[in-house]
Amino acid sequence: MDVAQEEHELGSEEALRSLPSDPHERGRPRPSEVTAWGRWAWRRLTSMRTAIVLLVLLALTAVPGSLLPQRGVASDPAAVANFYRANPDLAPWLDRMSLFNVYSAPWFAAVYVLLLVSMTGCVVPRSAQLWREYRAAPPPSPRHLSRETGHHRGLVARPHDPLAVAAAHLRDRRFLVTRTSNEVRAEKGRLRELGNLAFHLSLLVLLFGIAGGKLFGYEGRVALVEGTTFANVSSSYDALTPAPWADLAGLEPLELTLNDFAAEFETEGARFGEPRKFEAAVSYDSAEEGDGSFTIRPNRPLDINGTKFFLTGHGYAPELTVRDGNGDVAVSGPIIFLPVDPAFTSDGVVKAPDARPTSLALRGLFLPTAVDGPDGMGVSAYPDQVNPIVQFMAYTGDLGLDDGTAQSVFELDFTDLDQVLDADGKPWRVSLAPGQTVRLPDGLGSVTFDGVSRFANFQIARDPGKEVSLAAAILLMLGLTASLAIPRRRIWVRRNDDGTVELAGRSLSRRPVPPGELHDLATTIGLPPAGAGQNKEEE
Amino acid sequence: MTSFDAARLSDALVTSALGVFSLALVVFALAAALSRSRPVPVAAVSGAAVVLSSPGGDAGLRPAPHRGLEQVGRAGAAVLVLGTILLCLAVVARGVAAGRAPWGNMYEFGLTGSAAVAVAFLAYGRGRPTGVLAPWTVTLVLVLLGVSVTSLYTPVDDLVPVLNSRWLVVHVAAAITAGALFTVGALATIAHLVRQRGGGDEDDHFSDLAHTVHLVAFPVWTFAVIAGAVWAENAWGRYWGWDPKETWAFITWVFYAAHLHALSTVGWRRRAGWLALAGFLAFVFNFFGVNLWIPGLHSYAGV
Repeated sequence: MDVAQEEHELGSEEALRSLPSDPHERGRPRPSEVTAWGRWAWRRLTSMRTAIVLLVLLALTAVPGSLLPQRGVASDPAAVANFYRANPDLAPWLDRMSLFNVYSAPWFAAVYVLLLVSMTGCVVPRSAQLWREYRAAPPPSPRHLSRETGHHRGLVARPHDPLAVAAAHLRDRRFLVTRTSNEVRAEKGRLRELGNLAFHLSLLVLLFGIAGGKLFGYEGRVALVEGTTFANVSSSYDALTPAPWADLAGLEPLELTLNDFAAEFETEGARFGEPRKFEAAVSYDSAEEGDGSFTIRPNRPLDINGTKFFLTGHGYAPELTVRDGNGDVAVSGPIIFLPVDPAFTSDGVVKAPDARPTSLALRGLFLPTAVDGPDGMGVSAYPDQVNPIVQFMAYTGDLGLDDGTAQSVFELDFTDLDQVLDADGKPWRVSLAPGQTVRLPDGLGSVTFDGVSRFANFQIARDPGKEVSLAAAILLMLGLTASLAIPRRRIWVRRNDDGTVELAGRSLSRRPVPPGELHDLATTIGLPPAGAGQNKEEE
Repeated sequence: MTSFDAARLSDALVTSALGVFSLALVVFALAAALSRSRPVPVAAVSGAAVVLSSPGGDAGLRPAPHRGLEQVGRAGAAVLVLGTILLCLAVVARGVAAGRAPWGNMYEFGLTGSAAVAVAFLAYGRGRPTGVLAPWTVTLVLVLLGVSVTSLYTPVDDLVPVLNSRWLVVHVAAAITAGALFTVGALATIAHLVRQRGGGDEDDHFSDLAHTVHLVAFPVWTFAVIAGAVWAENAWGRYWGWDPKETWAFITWVFYAAHLHALSTVGWRRRAGWLALAGFLAFVFNFFGVNLWIPGLHSYAGV
């Protein structure tokens, strides 16, 4: 039995791992201790056992990221902050161990980098072996064919050359066939090895694709009220998460206008109020692709030269006009209120720092379908507009906008604000329907509820690596299927000196040689069935 | 037939399938009890339960079980086939009622999933000595179906917009197929491990069945994950975001990859089964645990 066969006895994977890692090993002076140690370590790392242990480690290290809130992963961006508030003692310790960003943690990276190195160190030598094998003819038959699968032996009655018939039969079935004077050697399913190789290499290609996105891509969010236009420069974004080498100065030059947003909801049954349709009608003007219009829906993003706009959410922007005590307009226009429940009870603030005689702020709710809720505050019962109402309370004083600290447009800093009270000394509070105006107490000004606009949230993303990743995924799929579905096997047909002909096969994978294959071959040659052949041997 | 009728028909078929599967379980229990009451060799006991529709398929491999016993086993197999047909019809009726692929929420995933488990078992159990696997498969289908009906049931309804995509058909169908095969593979693996503990061989017909099933399940699962990634790119703007559902799909994949590597590694073959079971547990957790306990982007899956 030659060396190549012996290797394959271990199963193709193990054969690969047990390849001599250095062909120059023999006949060289004894390597230094460091080299020897390095070689030992490399062989350990690229061994199959290590790969399995690393795979198990990879699975286990991925677990905590799904159980603990993650930065930049969770659907709720405040999840980590909330966890900190709930577990003030534990959270800093978890944070020190990168448990809030598991998938960019050094220990997680260590596992997958080691795994990829282990895999590469094993796959690259295999490519060389595969190349040699592809060019080599199938090896000679083993001496004891009777020890192989599906052995047939007997005298061939017909007056033809059984080896020629066997060779033709196997060639028809796309075996790679070599004929010598006394035997036929055939092999099929080498594609299995190629598939295995393609599968492992595709994982490296995938890494490049992922790196492309992680190094050069970016993700951003913006909320647009109907009728407003977004210019694609970094300052226009509500939030922007660029990769380290993303070119933020060179964002795709384009403008996008949200013309109209339409939503439909379930009006009856158990799923009352559940969304049924969202549509954002937009028009765009791009330097690369000219201008046009498009309807962005869930699962239907707008793609402008690789920059994609996804519809991820929506809400209401009540149109309000705030006049100050002098009767001058301090604030006017639609103001985005953030939805807090599935029925779109929405929370918002209005800031009028330049109002006179004193700065004004409003904090309140927009209710598309207002009904009475607890504490006299309303709630919304349905996400669409049936009975739209704004309710708010008012504040005066310093809004804290001038001291330089960044402040969210959706929150008030109450430190230096005083709540406006009614004549009874209770917090002043009002509900307005569209078209209504209310005067604030003490001549502070007035508020008019002019109407309601909708806003849509867009996720904007550019990932220059995603085509590479897709190609890697396709290669991975093809390679994996080939490596698992194709049985690699050899078949030998031999004419012995005593005039008998015998044939047998050997599987080079865990799955057996298809039994029909050998039976068909025996029938074609004219060999008696397996049982009869065995009898002959016993005689 | 209106969609309302179809929905009611589906519910009625599910109820009858539950009854028929329970009957199958009774028959299998009867077969096991009969076999225990007779002094037969151990191998015959485990082989007695069923040989699914195989006319003498493995007669040579084990001592022939008592004839009456064999008939009871065959009756059980026939009842199992009937239950599977009813369940498949229930899935079709549900799809007709909804006017879309019948896997748009957790109930439908459980319903279609249990039908797929039964079909996968019948497809791969054909002509094999499945032994104890048949009653365990029936038990599992009953549990999954029972949980779906009692805790996850939801009337037929339209999809939320984010699910309304042709990728739902592809991605979830692949996940259900892979899941059904994983289930059959896991049952066979458990049977193999139990037997191995009892001093059995490193390879038996259970491990063969498990391997055959896993060789198909793994690429199908890989495809499900890739299809999910393509859909995620189209819906959320990124193809991989470590959402809990994605993370557990990844964990499942990695465990099964480790399993397949362990099978061809000297010294790890005996442990390979445990890796497959770890993968299966990750898959099960992904369906129940992640949907019910962990908030994430897949949370709309409609409990």
